[in-house]
Amino acid sequence: MPDLMNTIGIWLAAFFTFCIFSFLYRDNPFYKLAEQIFVGLSAGYGLIYVVYSTMVPNLFAKLSQDFSGNLILLIPFALGLMMLTRIYPKTQWISRYPISIVIGTSAAISVMRSLKTDLLLQVGATIINPFQGSTASEISGNLLVIIGTLCGVYFFYFSKKQEGLAKIPSKIGVYFLMVSFGATFGYTVMARISLLIGRLEFLRKDWLHIIN
Amino acid sequence: MKRNIPLILAFVSGLIVIFSEFIPHRPFSSIVDSLQEWFMIISGFAMLLGVMSLLRMNAAKVSTRSPDWQYHLIGIISFGLMVLMGALWGMEEQAGILGQGASISAWLGKKPFDYTYTHVFVPLSATLFSLLAFFIASAAYRAFIIRTLESNLLMIAAVIVILGRTGFGTMLTGWLPESYRFWHLPNLADYIMQYPNTAAQRAIMISAALGVIGSGLRIILGIERSYLGGDK
Repeated sequence: MPDLMNTIGIWLAAFFTFCIFSFLYRDNPFYKLAEQIFVGLSAGYGLIYVVYSTMVPNLFAKLSQDFSGNLILLIPFALGLMMLTRIYPKTQWISRYPISIVIGTSAAISVMRSLKTDLLLQVGATIINPFQGSTASEISGNLLVIIGTLCGVYFFYFSKKQEGLAKIPSKIGVYFLMVSFGATFGYTVMARISLLIGRLEFLRKDWLHIIN
Repeated sequence: MKRNIPLILAFVSGLIVIFSEFIPHRPFSSIVDSLQEWFMIISGFAMLLGVMSLLRMNAAKVSTRSPDWQYHLIGIISFGLMVLMGALWGMEEQAGILGQGASISAWLGKKPFDYTYTHVFVPLSATLFSLLAFFIASAAYRAFIIRTLESNLLMIAAVIVILGRTGFGTMLTGWLPESYRFWHLPNLADYIMQYPNTAAQRAIMISAALGVIGSGLRIILGIERSYLGGDK
């Protein structure tokens, strides 16, 4: 039986693959059907995943095993329920309390993480001796990293109008950003094409058994 | 009352987390552990709120018989089925209300939730994202048609990275002698990724970090209050 169900599963996957690809022709009922099923399944998957990975181990399991020892957990439970009051306009203000705790905590976590990993570590990694490289390409690369980082950061300085000589580093920063966006674009294209190849391989290998 | 208490809560919770970074001892360390656990629990309810909002929007479209309401009904049904399967028999090693669902798992080959995930959700998501490969090409054409130095730099970098990551790119410059190996497309692509790309990404990260620190402090100090919504 599992083999038959697996075959049915492969046919289902092939059907939905064609439903999505049909959009290349134009918007049609098959695409709309697959799109809405995807939305529904995504929401369902997300909810079940959060319940099993966060809510059960952190809240429900602890409360059911030792209720009196985990009474403190009733506070986030109550705050979570208060969050749901946002759905009705009249009771919306109640949700401000849990939201403020979430926002305050996440803002502080982001501040500290950005300060340590994105600011101090990155600045530290840029303060290097450019001539420590063993080859010409390494030395030129190190120089590019220093110049590109400084000019790029300068480009994002919006407190003063950049004109005249002050515009030059900003312009160099833009060039570096464009090269980076191009490289990122190239990577994205490759990732999407590899997904496309994956789908075509599924159709030819798992569904039609044309290739081994 | 309706605005001041939330502002105080955000200030206190934010301040405790920041203090705990500089004073990693009790009581701050234990308070922060509890606060992070609370944060996760409340975020779980926020996910539930998002799903409720989505369902409400779709249900409104179905009840008012708006155009294509049938598809929204199918969306609600597929959501309900996914939740029901996950709740009854669980997912992966997690048991549901009816336990591990050994008999249905033996029949399907895996749990119903995992079966739907593997055979419907994964193909749908992979195909939807692969569809972008076609649209990204037309978007690229529109972007590269602008004849400026910036757009040319963007295009050249993109082409080098794309070709440098394929066998075709290796073949194109494979005939170059070893002394010119820097100009081999794969090496050139690596160079772009390692140096100019790193420089620009680093500039973005540093600038974004300054922005995040600024806006985070504004929220904690109560200057930024938009998350509280209107004055109702």
